[in-house]
Amino acid sequence: MSTQIPHVNYLELGDRPHLVANECTSCGARFFDRRNACANCFGTEFRKAPITTEGVLKSFTIVAFAAPGVPVPFVAGIVDCGGTSVRGNVINVDPTPEKVSLGMKVRLATYSLGTDDEGVEAIGFGFEPAA
Amino acid sequence: MASDDIWILGIAMTKFGKHSDKDIVDLGAEAVMAALTDAGVSMRDIGVLAAGNLMGGGSFGQMLQKQVGQTGIPVYNVTNACATGATALRTAIMAVKAGEVKFGLAVGAEKLAGAGLLGGGGNAKKDGNKWEPKGRFGSVAPTDGRIGTDTMPGTFAQVGMEYGHKYGGVSFELFARISEKNHAHSVLNPMAAYQKRFTLDEIMNDMMIAYPNTRPMCSANCDGAAAAVVCSGETLKTLSLEQQRRAIKVSASVLTTDPYQESCQVLPDVNTLTRNAAKIAYEQAGVSPSDLDLVELHDCFATAELVHYDNLMLCPEGGAVDFFNSGATWRTGSSPVNVSGGLESKGHPIAATGIANIWEICHHLRNEAGDRQIADAKVGLAHVIGLGSACGIHILERSGL
Repeated sequence: MSTQIPHVNYLELGDRPHLVANECTSCGARFFDRRNACANCFGTEFRKAPITTEGVLKSFTIVAFAAPGVPVPFVAGIVDCGGTSVRGNVINVDPTPEKVSLGMKVRLATYSLGTDDEGVEAIGFGFEPAA
Repeated sequence: MASDDIWILGIAMTKFGKHSDKDIVDLGAEAVMAALTDAGVSMRDIGVLAAGNLMGGGSFGQMLQKQVGQTGIPVYNVTNACATGATALRTAIMAVKAGEVKFGLAVGAEKLAGAGLLGGGGNAKKDGNKWEPKGRFGSVAPTDGRIGTDTMPGTFAQVGMEYGHKYGGVSFELFARISEKNHAHSVLNPMAAYQKRFTLDEIMNDMMIAYPNTRPMCSANCDGAAAAVVCSGETLKTLSLEQQRRAIKVSASVLTTDPYQESCQVLPDVNTLTRNAAKIAYEQAGVSPSDLDLVELHDCFATAELVHYDNLMLCPEGGAVDFFNSGATWRTGSSPVNVSGGLESKGHPIAATGIANIWEICHHLRNEAGDRQIADAKVGLAHVIGLGSACGIHILERSGL
């Protein structure tokens, strides 16, 4: 019986948690949500493609002011994972400009979002510095 | 003037700011009445109304007609994010260009004072205590704040930082100095919501919203409206010499969306569609970036202004930092950008923005801009971006009569 559930359906849990994209079989474009046709080439066949868990931080912001209920500050970023851009927070780091920098190497990391009344634990992901 | 040219015959904006005693219909009507007067025509002459309002909830055009004149003409209620105003203008232009109407009217109005943070929040938290996958990503909890940010300041911060990753040279201080310029410009603009000059220290030490954007580096939410009357060259020839003299030629009117780019799936790409629109616009107008006497571009955040120097080809590719550091984009520079004060100080009542920036250009081309007049301005460019994305670019030229 599974006692864990991923935060989003493109996060695959298990021994080596990783993200999975829908990849267009004609042009290789990758999407984390569903598409009727590829936004690039209009192809209609997709296959599952695992995304490498290591990458480079190609942009970030440190959000200090957010919607009610969203804890701040946090680092939001875009990570280049072997040519696929992934959106995620930079975690396990001080959210300061001194500790986060453009081009820094990061790797996927997971953390608990909490457990519901039925004992199921939700697992989220972010990217942590890969020293 | 060629018969099939498009001309702005009249244009007006309300003062941007807090108008607590007026609703969007009042604001829109004020801009429309002033634009009609400026054009020297009445609602009886207008063949089509394109009405932009993003946050109000629909039927704005029809409400406006009841306020200023109901003649039974077609109304197009237009929304296109922050490009709503430019889209309304383009809708009126297309109707004139198609030969369906002699005079078209476009208006954009918004009530946004005190709106606070835009974007973000996402899917609401559920009440029950069971993880249930919901929505497009099968998410069991809100994603905003956990998987990146949906807020506008954070999104556009990443747009500027991404440019820095690609080309180098960006810093918190650089972005703050862009904001310093626009606030300095605003002091000369009585239509701006804020006319306060800030020191660099004041900007950098103000409240951080989304690094590197502090509060004065974000567009100002405010109320306002703008409207324009357009006609063809053929129609303009039948009007008075004074109308012909003050009319402003629309040398290019372009609207684009973002074509597929790998990374636009996770961070909106505001670059490719702007570059595409600029290319088309320069070609349509037969002008080059160096011909522009002034540019009003979409500085919704200081981090956005930088990338658009490059996207609009005001500088060589990758050269936006050096270009700004050269002082070119100050009103005294070779390529004045946002002499109105830009969205950071003039304000950003969303649907009004894409017509108000054209008003600013027209004001200079008509030599009516008073203290902030850019001397002998002949050609200008107005640019807006609506996130998602939509880009509107208009190139404008004075009549020369």
